[in-house]
Amino acid sequence: MELTREEESALKGEQGEIMEMAYRILVATGEATDAEKLVPIEWTHLSGVNYNTIGDAGEEFLSSISKDARVKVKTTLNPMGFDIDNVSNYGLDENFISKQLSIRNSYETMGVIPSFSCIPYEIFDIPKDGTQVAFAESNAAIHANSYDNLKTNKESAFSALASALTGKSPYSSLRKEDSPNVSIRMKVDDPNELTYGMLGFFAGKVGDISVNISGLGEMDNRQCKAMCGGMGTSGTCAKFIFGEGDSGTEKIDFDEKAMQNVHDELNTSEKGDIITLGSPQLGLEEISELAGKLKGRTFEKRCMIFTPRTVKEQANKIGYTNELERAGCEILSDCCTCLTPLINKDNVDAVTTNSIKGAFYLKNSNGVGVNLKSLSQIIEDETR
Amino acid sequence: MKVLVSGKVEGTVLKSKDAINFLGTVDKKTGIISDKNHDLYEKSIKDTILVFPSGVGSSVGAYTIYSIKSNGTAPLAMICQKADLTVATGCALANIPLIVVPDEEFSSINNGMKLSLDTDSSHPLQYQ
Repeated sequence: MELTREEESALKGEQGEIMEMAYRILVATGEATDAEKLVPIEWTHLSGVNYNTIGDAGEEFLSSISKDARVKVKTTLNPMGFDIDNVSNYGLDENFISKQLSIRNSYETMGVIPSFSCIPYEIFDIPKDGTQVAFAESNAAIHANSYDNLKTNKESAFSALASALTGKSPYSSLRKEDSPNVSIRMKVDDPNELTYGMLGFFAGKVGDISVNISGLGEMDNRQCKAMCGGMGTSGTCAKFIFGEGDSGTEKIDFDEKAMQNVHDELNTSEKGDIITLGSPQLGLEEISELAGKLKGRTFEKRCMIFTPRTVKEQANKIGYTNELERAGCEILSDCCTCLTPLINKDNVDAVTTNSIKGAFYLKNSNGVGVNLKSLSQIIEDETR
Repeated sequence: MKVLVSGKVEGTVLKSKDAINFLGTVDKKTGIISDKNHDLYEKSIKDTILVFPSGVGSSVGAYTIYSIKSNGTAPLAMICQKADLTVATGCALANIPLIVVPDEEFSSINNGMKLSLDTDSSHPLQYQ
């Protein structure tokens, strides 16, 4: 990989230890992915925030570098483990809370915007077409590439952090060009968001870096997000290209049988003890729609709703929060269905959700059963 | 040969046939491999030149590599057959030299060999 004189000097440690480490990460990542150079990026979105995922080693690392490290470009942040406003209701241990708060403080000290959201594309302005960004959250990287005309690879927590500290990223893979060798043909009729989540999960398994996809009808925001969330969960793929692709690409059908296979892999329970909505977190449009659907109805079980803090504040002002709480929902910001310590197998056997991404992590990390249903089915079955 | 993290060290090879999942397989305090199914089970990777096919598993494993370095239980250098981002970023965080070698060279490195590695040299790997 070619470096400029200034980049070489940083790598040698002439601009301090933090820059030396950040450039070491960029060079190691760049060499591993056959990048030819580094390019400027304008926005980074970091993962590696939840104490559940990064543990003591991550907490200590962030605490140590935050003494000197400062971000150079706009940097936003993935969800953490809980919502500070109501954490006392969930019986988390003191150690978890204090380590999580230390992680939050380290990021804030470094100048990161404490957005605690996995949907940066919905709560921040999108830069102009073709802008290079570095998103470590998989659903956000896929959304940015596929719907927002931005360019990012599926970054790791570390490459995104190094990009935040330097404003640069290795020029490789999806940042350059992409020509998928697989084309998926959507063959399932009457799809809902669950169908699109399963389609995304399927696409992530068969695709490498990007896939062509055809046969999609009009999709709403919830369905687009579900498809990105599903894909990010199952593989390394980070872009949908809408169209059939050229004749040389391998054609693979997503039909009822393929969908059933995904369903069988992730749906492990007949019913759930609680319901979760929001992985990816719900945006204002989805909150508004949900409040409308719940008019005059009440959940018969606990229903946890995950949304970014900024959306929760807007929802408060508009009055959606009242409506949702009346219907029995618990609204949580700053965290997400995925990898939350708020759901554990000591007190929950199974969770009902419409999220494929949520299902994957609930099953594999939280170790609870999963009952998959679309939102309209959940409202029909679980409210009265 | 590809240099992912540069550096200069001398040491003794500890070679594994198996890939390594740093998250959960390595005891951070001792550097000992704790996975019964791993061919380095009960061996310490501390101060070795660790030679293995590649890393596998969660990218959080990179923090484990940083931890073992902070605890003084890390290898002196790592040599892999295939580049993977977890080991690459972990070695970058911890400043542990890391190179990727072609299959033939990988096969020619044996357990217990004395090696010197200098990534700035025209012959980075010297067998003693």
